[in-house]
Amino acid sequence: MIDSTQPFQFFNRGPSPAVRLVFFVALSLLFLFVDARYRYLESTRSALSVVVSPIQRLATMPSVLWQRAGDFFVTQHSLVTESDALHQQHQRDAAQLLQLQALQIENQQLRKLMALPLRAEFTTQMTEIVYAERDVFKRKVVVNKGADANLQPGQVVMDDSGIVGQVTRVFPWLSEVTLVTEKDHAVPVQVLRNGLRTVVFGAGDTSQLSLRYMPVSSDIQNGDMLVTSGIDGVYPQGIPVAKVDKIERDPAYPFARITCLPVAGVAKHRHLLILSSLPKLPERPAEELAAAEAEKNPKSRRKK
Amino acid sequence: MPYPTLANPEIQRPVSTILIMFSVLLALILNGLPWEGIWLMLRPDFVAVVMLYWCTHKPLRVGIGMSWAVGMLADVADASLFGQHALAYTLLAFGGVVLHRRLQMFDLRQQTTQVLGIFALTYAVYALVHWQVNGYVVWPYFFGCLTSTLLWAPMSVMFQAIRQMRVDRE
Repeated sequence: MIDSTQPFQFFNRGPSPAVRLVFFVALSLLFLFVDARYRYLESTRSALSVVVSPIQRLATMPSVLWQRAGDFFVTQHSLVTESDALHQQHQRDAAQLLQLQALQIENQQLRKLMALPLRAEFTTQMTEIVYAERDVFKRKVVVNKGADANLQPGQVVMDDSGIVGQVTRVFPWLSEVTLVTEKDHAVPVQVLRNGLRTVVFGAGDTSQLSLRYMPVSSDIQNGDMLVTSGIDGVYPQGIPVAKVDKIERDPAYPFARITCLPVAGVAKHRHLLILSSLPKLPERPAEELAAAEAEKNPKSRRKK
Repeated sequence: MPYPTLANPEIQRPVSTILIMFSVLLALILNGLPWEGIWLMLRPDFVAVVMLYWCTHKPLRVGIGMSWAVGMLADVADASLFGQHALAYTLLAFGGVVLHRRLQMFDLRQQTTQVLGIFALTYAVYALVHWQVNGYVVWPYFFGCLTSTLLWAPMSVMFQAIRQMRVDRE
């Protein structure tokens, strides 16, 4: 028997749009929540990226072809000038390299003398940027090596002059590099001039970095070079990161406003070096244990 | 002369699944071109425009479910959070499916004003999710909403022409 109060449906068209809307909105919100909080979905993402990566390669094709065509029509004159410039650069670099080798040997000897553990030499891998950021919110690039080249999240990315960023996601053939200028991306650094330790943060929507929480009275000047301190165990020690560009010391605020510019061509080059991951540092001792021990025998603490 | 076929919805031109698939794929590629700086801000969301076109013209073939699936692919392509595009495109498709009768009665100029609202909602949802997760919004991002709306009329004319060519051939 047909219920006469219900409108009769001639065609079965499945659930109504409102029902579908609620279902898919709920599904999206579930995915959003899981992805933002727990990162469980990385395997799904890399599986789907196999479908999407041909589309991405196709999209970058026109610019690559244009570049190749440009390379083909390089004139002889420009090649000669370039060769001259490279020769000069080579001679200058060779002199510096000799100096560097001497310093390396000296450094090694000094370290042996002081019985310090030798810093492991890290190897590097060359990669090429497949495409740059395509979302206005992000400072990220995607490079053409992934799990196939044994990349791991957390590896450091640099160019010939300094730190560029960090590998944050690894797909089968691609990986995503977060640049140091990404909003709230932090790198522990030291001021080269006086060894002052601090942390430099990305500023987000501009290609700048900033030093936060530096007291107004801190000893920092325009043009100071910031190099990695190596304290976090992620970045190797002594690689240039940024140069101090502008300092605003306003006594009304507890902290100075310091803007820095990245040393490396963060937004320039096409080739990047990825450092192999550093040896693991020992775990930080648990604070509660230490505190409990100190309470038990306060004398021994005083002796220290 | 106002656009004739849209004003009388009984002449619905047929459309092949291949055309729908190809247009979505092309839109994904266009979104993936290396846009930079000001052009990235002004980039219309091609996928959103194409999905809205099919949702309003063939609501029984392309609906909320397919928009959601395309949104997931867009999330992978953009390396954004899973579900961010999917959520925005779900709402877009819902707007398209619910308003499709009204849009078919209108001419292109009237459609454009209606479509602006749907795109604004889509962009606002995307930015809202980003704001919730990351805590800040880049306001120039909303320029894309206006360029997407401007793209609506040429895109409609182009798709109608392609479908008309098919009818003429048969």
